[in-house]
Amino acid sequence: MRWWPRTMVLSLLVLLWFLQSSGFAQGGVTIRIVTDPVSSPAGAWAKGRAEAWARKTGNRIEVVDRPQSTTDTLALFQQYWAARSPDVDVYMIDVIWPGIVAPHAVDLKQYFTPQELAEHFARIVQNNTVGGKLVGVPFFTDAGLLYYRTDLLRKYGAAKPPATWRELEQLAQRIQEGERRAGRPDFWGFVWQGQRYEGLTCDALEWIYSHGGGQIVEPNGEVSVNNPNAQRALERARSWIGRITPPGVTTYQEEESRNVWQSGNAAFMRNWPYAYALGQSAGSPIRGRIGVAVLPRDERPQGRHAATLGGWQLMVSAYSRNPKVASDLVRFMTSVETQRSNAVELSRLPTRPALYRDPAVLAKNPWFQELLPVFTNAVGRPSAVTGAKYNQVSEAFFTGVHEVLTGQKSAQVALRQIESRIRRILR
Amino acid sequence: MLVRHQTRLAWLLVLPTLAAVVLVAGYPLFQVIRFSLYSADIARVRPPKWVGLGHYAELLRDPDFREALWNTVRFTAGSVFIETVLGLVVALVIHSQFAGRGVVRAAILVPWAIPTVVSAQMWKWMLHDIYGFVNVVGVQFGLLSRKVAWLARPETAMGALIAVDVWKTTPFMALLLLAGLQLIPDELYEAARVDGAPAWQQFLRITLPLLTPTLTVALVFRTLDALRVFDIVLVMTGGGNRTETLAVLNRRILIDFQDLGYGSAISVVILILILLFVGLYLHTVGRTLRED
Repeated sequence: MRWWPRTMVLSLLVLLWFLQSSGFAQGGVTIRIVTDPVSSPAGAWAKGRAEAWARKTGNRIEVVDRPQSTTDTLALFQQYWAARSPDVDVYMIDVIWPGIVAPHAVDLKQYFTPQELAEHFARIVQNNTVGGKLVGVPFFTDAGLLYYRTDLLRKYGAAKPPATWRELEQLAQRIQEGERRAGRPDFWGFVWQGQRYEGLTCDALEWIYSHGGGQIVEPNGEVSVNNPNAQRALERARSWIGRITPPGVTTYQEEESRNVWQSGNAAFMRNWPYAYALGQSAGSPIRGRIGVAVLPRDERPQGRHAATLGGWQLMVSAYSRNPKVASDLVRFMTSVETQRSNAVELSRLPTRPALYRDPAVLAKNPWFQELLPVFTNAVGRPSAVTGAKYNQVSEAFFTGVHEVLTGQKSAQVALRQIESRIRRILR
Repeated sequence: MLVRHQTRLAWLLVLPTLAAVVLVAGYPLFQVIRFSLYSADIARVRPPKWVGLGHYAELLRDPDFREALWNTVRFTAGSVFIETVLGLVVALVIHSQFAGRGVVRAAILVPWAIPTVVSAQMWKWMLHDIYGFVNVVGVQFGLLSRKVAWLARPETAMGALIAVDVWKTTPFMALLLLAGLQLIPDELYEAARVDGAPAWQQFLRITLPLLTPTLTVALVFRTLDALRVFDIVLVMTGGGNRTETLAVLNRRILIDFQDLGYGSAISVVILILILLFVGLYLHTVGRTLRED
């Protein structure tokens, strides 16, 4: 039986390795987190930060993947929640979800002091509080922005970016005609997000709000969407298509419009802050020629600048086995240090006003400081007032707007139908 | 005695399979039908409430449902018809003798081998209004007067989806029909030639009747698939521009709106619709088969 001791040693080694890798030999627990899709730059960044926390605290981290689309992500999360699954401890949730996710979230007030929370934008903390329960801690915020090409503005004699929609239309048309004459037949004036999805709600809310047409459903619950200013806004957006905006825009999400823009085929773009860092990255054809401004308003007196509030929060699952440790990860991921890194690496907006004066952040994103008022006054989608029914309300809205954009219905008819559909949903 | 014993043994041997079918198909089916009678959300935050046939009554009034039903029928009729005709043509061609036949037979399967989400995304890019291959080449060769946003217009979106489905599924059709063609004995054609029957008559009198069983199976397969079409639509248009089919609507209600009850009712309707089509095929084509 000469082989016996050798086998024994070997199996002991295997057993040791197994125990080690399954975590018996170490202290701490494993926390599973979902943020951005792991294959994206943002996903890689988040993984790095979470691992830094794990090293610091002696815990382990596992990153769980998610789909690119926000809607699909919510669908995936709902499967975890319906199964009361402890497989994910920390979820990144959209600013419009608190009403939907509240039953599945730990109240983070038990782990975060009021002083800690006061360091974030008050209205986001308020947005994340459902029935007195703090559903998520602000991770980063988002606001719709107007991107413009500094070189083209100079070339066509515009001193500053357009302040009103009419200025934008005229300038976009002028640049588009000039560039096309210069041998670029695929050049367009203005790209945005027109597909039938949540992003269209964001864009259309900006059009309507900037024309003084309210915010679809007002905070007091009044369904305000059917009004002459909103009609004017939608008719205007419809008139862009084929004139300064490619007809395909009604199939564009953020990335499709960014592709047109970043390949140098558009003078203006409506998009979120993330497009800035990508446009300025090495290898981008328009690097160093990108300007950012607040979106234009209606030229009439009731016009107001508007930016739709976006952004993401970190939530601890009510089904987590280690909510306390998970909340410590949330604290780390929403800290000054991590939010600064998020702003510098990915130009995503901090939820801490103090960081808008931070030299490292401003060195990379000089426009943060100037646009701070835009971010603090961003217009919220009516998710708080509609709660768990928000998705249905938004779907009714973007479906109607999409029908206007594709010319199936007039703005007047579509708005009337949107109004009655939303009334029915909220009844 | 022996027969009874054997029967019992047979049942015993079939039992595991039956149990598996009941477990993985029967139970979920039962649950879907049950949920369609309740008002419930998918995360079960609130306890389900009995509504009886209320959801089905609501379906009759729902314009979204009517449109999805119409889109599904449109898609199914268009794609299955073209796929069958093209598939038959391709099958006849690769059934004949020519050099490199093996390579061609393998090559036509490529579209079928690509996962649908991948080919749908690929075609979405190829149909892109600015940098899409179809538009660039179309304009270059003068086939298009200007670039067309295929998926952005309600008039062209459904056609584009059908075209992509045809591209993907014709090989499957062709392969099935090829198998059917190979079952037809050569002697019949020989006899027909001896009798002086022209090619079109051979096709109508020999090929088509003897191909009917295969054709039926292929049609049933394709129709069932087309009635449940989901991935192509979701990837290419997201259900916009008058392309939302029943399965996409179902997902929207069930997942996006978390409405388990209403969503289950739609699932049941899709099931009934499919059963209806299967019944129709078996009734019309199956009868002629039995008569033969």
